[in-house]
Amino acid sequence: MIAEKKISTETNQYKENISRRNRTEKIFNVILLISVLFGLLMLTVLIIDIAVEGYAWVRPELFENYHSRKPENAGMKSAIAGSIIVIFMTGLFSFPVGVGAAIYLEEYAPKNRLTDFINLNINNLAGVPSIVYGMLGLVVFGRMFGLFSIDSWFVKLFNIPIESGATGGWKFFLFDIPWLEIHLPFGRSMVAGALTMSLLILPVVIIASREAIRAVPPSIREGGYALGTTKWHVISTLVLPIAIPGILTGMILSLSRAIGETAPLIIMGAFTYVPFLPKTVWDQFTVIPIQIYNWITLPQTEYRVHLAGAGILVLLFILFLMNGIAIYLRKKFEIKW
Amino acid sequence: MILTTNIQSYSINFHDDESIIRAKQLNIYYSGKLTVENFNLQVPKNKITALIGPSGCGKSSVIRSFNRMNDIIPGFSLEGEVIYKGKNIYSSREDPVRIRRQIGMVFQKPNPFPKSIYENVAFGARINKYQGNLDELVESSLIQAALWDEVKDKLKESAYALSGGQQQRLCIARAIAVSPDLLLMDEPASALDPVATLKIEELMWELKDKYTIVVVTHNMQQASRVSDYTAFMSLDREKIEDRIGVLVEFDETKKLFTNPKLKETEDYITGRFG
Repeated sequence: MIAEKKISTETNQYKENISRRNRTEKIFNVILLISVLFGLLMLTVLIIDIAVEGYAWVRPELFENYHSRKPENAGMKSAIAGSIIVIFMTGLFSFPVGVGAAIYLEEYAPKNRLTDFINLNINNLAGVPSIVYGMLGLVVFGRMFGLFSIDSWFVKLFNIPIESGATGGWKFFLFDIPWLEIHLPFGRSMVAGALTMSLLILPVVIIASREAIRAVPPSIREGGYALGTTKWHVISTLVLPIAIPGILTGMILSLSRAIGETAPLIIMGAFTYVPFLPKTVWDQFTVIPIQIYNWITLPQTEYRVHLAGAGILVLLFILFLMNGIAIYLRKKFEIKW
Repeated sequence: MILTTNIQSYSINFHDDESIIRAKQLNIYYSGKLTVENFNLQVPKNKITALIGPSGCGKSSVIRSFNRMNDIIPGFSLEGEVIYKGKNIYSSREDPVRIRRQIGMVFQKPNPFPKSIYENVAFGARINKYQGNLDELVESSLIQAALWDEVKDKLKESAYALSGGQQQRLCIARAIAVSPDLLLMDEPASALDPVATLKIEELMWELKDKYTIVVVTHNMQQASRVSDYTAFMSLDREKIEDRIGVLVEFDETKKLFTNPKLKETEDYITGRFG
């Protein structure tokens, strides 16, 4: 006879300890809640502190005047304009390039070592300090390796008509279209700033877009292919419409990061004092964070505390506005499955 | 009809003008691993051919190689030929897009596009630049898919408002809207409840007059109910560890289910598989 293994069904074999498990549950609940509150609390303290110092200084002059030697007249008209134009152009440059790169990497890239290498480095690039991008932008966009300086071999070889003066460089109209003016090198212009900002946010845009594209169910793609559809058609009519809310969210969140960046633009040579509104994208510019930085370095309390606080409030408002737009766009284009 | 038989497998052949697509000595590999070996099958025109067999025997791999849907799976490779209209669809001169446009497919899980019901049906027609009246095409496709009465008042609504069974019939309507020569169905009812399944089966019967259908199913009752011909696939018993799918028996459905030629088939259809 085979000895049967006895399995006890007696309840006293268990020590459920349910009340103790419930207690652990509650403790963890509280710990998690505290970690949320910590972040929220810090943000609230920050906003209240800045609002107390700066709110009274968010007045018409802030938006109507340029920086002034008298604090009561000082504003940041040119910085607000500069920030908005630079961010708009950054979006214009980085959206097609970022989404294009994401589509290529997700849909077209062959699975090989080169692709793996590119993937790894896109993730690495997302972590590179912004000041490094500033230096890159200065050399590549700002100075263009000195190719267009008056005595470079390039200029001599092609007989390029270089203008002398502070900005210098080569000015011409692309395809002879009057409004398509091009300045080489890009110098301290908003074009150079926006291109540098685009480099800065591209890795994040690419990563976010790839996530959104990857989240499109493969069954949708198969359905498209089974009807005799080319790859590009599947991507443009089926994949992108589903992925676009995610792509837009990533895009706007990256732009929110770019609008607060100071370091790369300082390296690029953005000015702290710009007493005019830019007329073309080739004009010199300043942005809100640089203006705030400038005010903080001044000795008077009005600049250091109040005007800087007011500037931060404006910057935060623009940030919240952009995040709000991101949420709105996501809701608007969201597909209900 | 010509009979070919050997010890391991039994199969019937048709004259070329009776058959629409033919697999010749197919070997299918995924990432270099042989999955289906020496698969030969002629699919008769305007009939329903069922592909049955235990899971993992390569039924889906075979049906997906009939319209080159396997091409989009990384690591897929194929030896042998699939002859359609006298040409090997895997020759480098053939364009997979053109082949898929003529050989439609319905998948296991209903996969309507996140668009309106109307746009789902019209999708393939728009891509292929349909010259006729699109509204009429959508209507006739939905009528053929036995869905028109249920959706005619809500064509602009999202396809995801439909039930699973309705979604699958919408996918069938979408597939037949581009008037394919051949309709491949990869377990079209396995994600559906019995009532919806029955509707799909009735629909297949009605579509038979106009289209040739190849259907993969793991449901033997379904195969015996809907199909004219049945191909039984199984794993190669001599190399069972390698899990290589082979064709065991192909015959008229009635004969295969009542009087199978091979013991392996009999074991499977009587539930004594293993």
